[in-house]
Amino acid sequence: MKPWRDPGLWLSLLVTAAIGLWPAVAANKPYAREMMFTVLMSVGLASSLNIMQGYTGYVNFGHIIFFGLGGYVGFYLLSVYHAPLYVAALAGALTAALVAFLLGKAILRLRGAYFALATIGINEAARSFVKNFDPFGGPTGMTLKFHVYQAYGGANQALWITYIALVVLTLLIILVSYLVKTSKFGLGLMAIRENEDAAEVMGIVAPDAKTWAYVLSAVFPGIIGVLFFFKNGNIEPGDAFRLQQSIEVIVMVMLGGQGLVFGPLVGAAVYQRLRGYLLVSPLFKNIQLAVAGLLLLIIILFVPAGLIGWLRGRFPRLRRWLV
Amino acid sequence: MIDFLIASLTDGLLLGFVYGIAAMGLSLIWGVMRVINLSHGATIALGMFGIYLAFTGLGMNPYLTLPLLAAASLLLGILVYFVAVHRVIDAPYLSTLLATFAVNMIVIGIGTAIFTTSPRNVDFSLGSLSLGPITVTWARVLAALAAAVVTGLLYLFLYRTRLGKSIRAVSNNKAAAELMGIATSWVLAFSFGLGTMLAAISGGLIATFFPFTILAGGGYQVKGFVICVLGGLGNPLGALIGGLILGAMEGIIPAFMETSWVPVLEFILFVIILLVRPTGLLGSKT
Repeated sequence: MKPWRDPGLWLSLLVTAAIGLWPAVAANKPYAREMMFTVLMSVGLASSLNIMQGYTGYVNFGHIIFFGLGGYVGFYLLSVYHAPLYVAALAGALTAALVAFLLGKAILRLRGAYFALATIGINEAARSFVKNFDPFGGPTGMTLKFHVYQAYGGANQALWITYIALVVLTLLIILVSYLVKTSKFGLGLMAIRENEDAAEVMGIVAPDAKTWAYVLSAVFPGIIGVLFFFKNGNIEPGDAFRLQQSIEVIVMVMLGGQGLVFGPLVGAAVYQRLRGYLLVSPLFKNIQLAVAGLLLLIIILFVPAGLIGWLRGRFPRLRRWLV
Repeated sequence: MIDFLIASLTDGLLLGFVYGIAAMGLSLIWGVMRVINLSHGATIALGMFGIYLAFTGLGMNPYLTLPLLAAASLLLGILVYFVAVHRVIDAPYLSTLLATFAVNMIVIGIGTAIFTTSPRNVDFSLGSLSLGPITVTWARVLAALAAAVVTGLLYLFLYRTRLGKSIRAVSNNKAAAELMGIATSWVLAFSFGLGTMLAAISGGLIATFFPFTILAGGGYQVKGFVICVLGGLGNPLGALIGGLILGAMEGIIPAFMETSWVPVLEFILFVIILLVRPTGLLGSKT
C-alpha cells in the first residue's frame, strides 16, 4: 500500500498535529505550550526508541545519552560560538549519529541481556565523563547568556520558534517510524527481533541492520536534546543523562504498545498527562514514583502488548487504523 | 608513597568483600533464573535503612541486627518473586527487566516519601586497627569478615544441603529438575530471596562506614553489574573476586588522578570486558 493511502499513518500524524496545535487554541497559551512541549518531547523520544526496542527487539537503557550528548554539543555551539539554532540542531544530530555508529559497531555484537547491561554502563560512563570534561563546564554545566535569545526576537519569540521546530520534528519522527516499519529494512529488523539466527540465514546482515537501526533511533534524541536545552537556557550532567528518564521512555513505549507506530505516541502522551496529574494531586504528590511503578508492573504482568496492542488484539477491525 | 598505596589498597580490598556479596546476589539470581534484577539497588538501600532504623531507633548493635535483617529480606525477596517475577519468568527477558524495575520504582518511591532523600549515617564507631603502615577502621574489617562468613555459608548451603543442591539443579536444567520432583517455583522463589538477602546484608554493612540516602542503592547496583560481568554472570565465586578487583581499583586510582574519574574507568573496564570476554574472567558456570 502507498503510504499516503494508509489511514493508520494519517491517524498517527493527525493526533501528533492536534497535540502540536493545542497551544494555538488554548486559553493560557504559554502554559499549554510548556505542557505540550513535554508531551511532544516524550512522543519523539519514545517513537525513536521504538525503532530499536519495538522493531529490532533490543532493550536500550541508554537512549537518553543521545539526548544528553546532542544537547551538550548543540549547547556548546550555541553558547560559545553563538551558532544559529539550526546549525546547533544539525550538530547535535550528527554527534548522536556518529556516537551511535561507533558504539553500535562495538556493542551490537552483544545480544539480549548483555546488550541491555552494556547500555546501562554506557549511560553512567557518559555522565561521569561529561562531569569531568571541563570545556562542557564539568559538574556545574553551562548557561546561555540572555542576549543569545535576542537574535530570535527575544526570549518569548525564541520559545515559540523552538516549539514549532519540535512539532515539525515530531511529525517527521512519526513519518520515519512508519516508513521504517513498512520498508524492507524494517522487515529485516523485525526478523531479527523474532529470531536473529534465522534472520541471518535468510540473508539479513544482522550487525549492519542493527547498527543502522541504532543510528536512526539516536539521531532524533540528539536534535530533541538541543531544542530542549536551548529552551531551558542551561544544561548540567544530572539533567542530561538521567538513567531514570531512559527508563521512563521505555515505560512509555511499553504502555502504548511496542513495535507499533501509534503505540509509543499514545503511550508517551498518556504517561506524561498521568505523571502531570500525579505530580499536582495532593494525594499522590509524594508517591508519584511508586504509583508509576505500580502501573508499570500491572502493564507488564497483565497487558504486555500495551494499550494499542491490546485494542488491536481485542478488536481486529481496528487494525487498519492502529498501525 | 608505597605506604600510602598499601594503606589505600587494603582499604579498597576490604570494601571489595562487601561489594562482592552484593554482586553475588545479582549473580545468583541471574545464574538460577536468567533474570537481571533491577530491584537490587532498592534492596541495598532497604538494608542500609534497616540497620539505620534498628540502631538509631532501637539502639541495637548493627552487627547483631544482621541475622534479623537477613531473615526479613529473605522473606521480602520470596514475596517480590511471587508478586512481580513469577508470572513473567518464562516471557522474554525484557519483561523481567521491567518487572524488577517496577519493584525498584515502588520501593524507592515509598522510601523517598517516608525518609526523604537527605543523607543519613550510622554513628557507631569502633575505632581503628593499626598494623605497621596500615590503619583501617574496625568497621571495614568487621564488614569484610562478615562478608567472608556469608560467602562461606552460601557455599556450604549450595553444596551441602538438599535445598542448595535443588537450586543448583534448577540452574542447570529447569525442566529436568522438575521431572526429578523438585518444586521449581519454590526453588526459584527461594533463590530470589537469597539474592535479595545478600543485597540487604551488603547494604547493611556499607551503612556502617559510609553515609547514604534512599537513592544510594542505585550506584552500588551498577557496581554490582560491573563486578558480575568481571567475574562472569552466574558465578558467585567470580562475583567475590570481581568485587575485590573493583575494590582494589577504587583504592588505588585516587592516588593517581581525581576520585571523580573512578566511575569513568570502571565503566570503560565494564564495556571492554563485555566486548572481549562476555563470559567474565572466570567464565560462566551455567
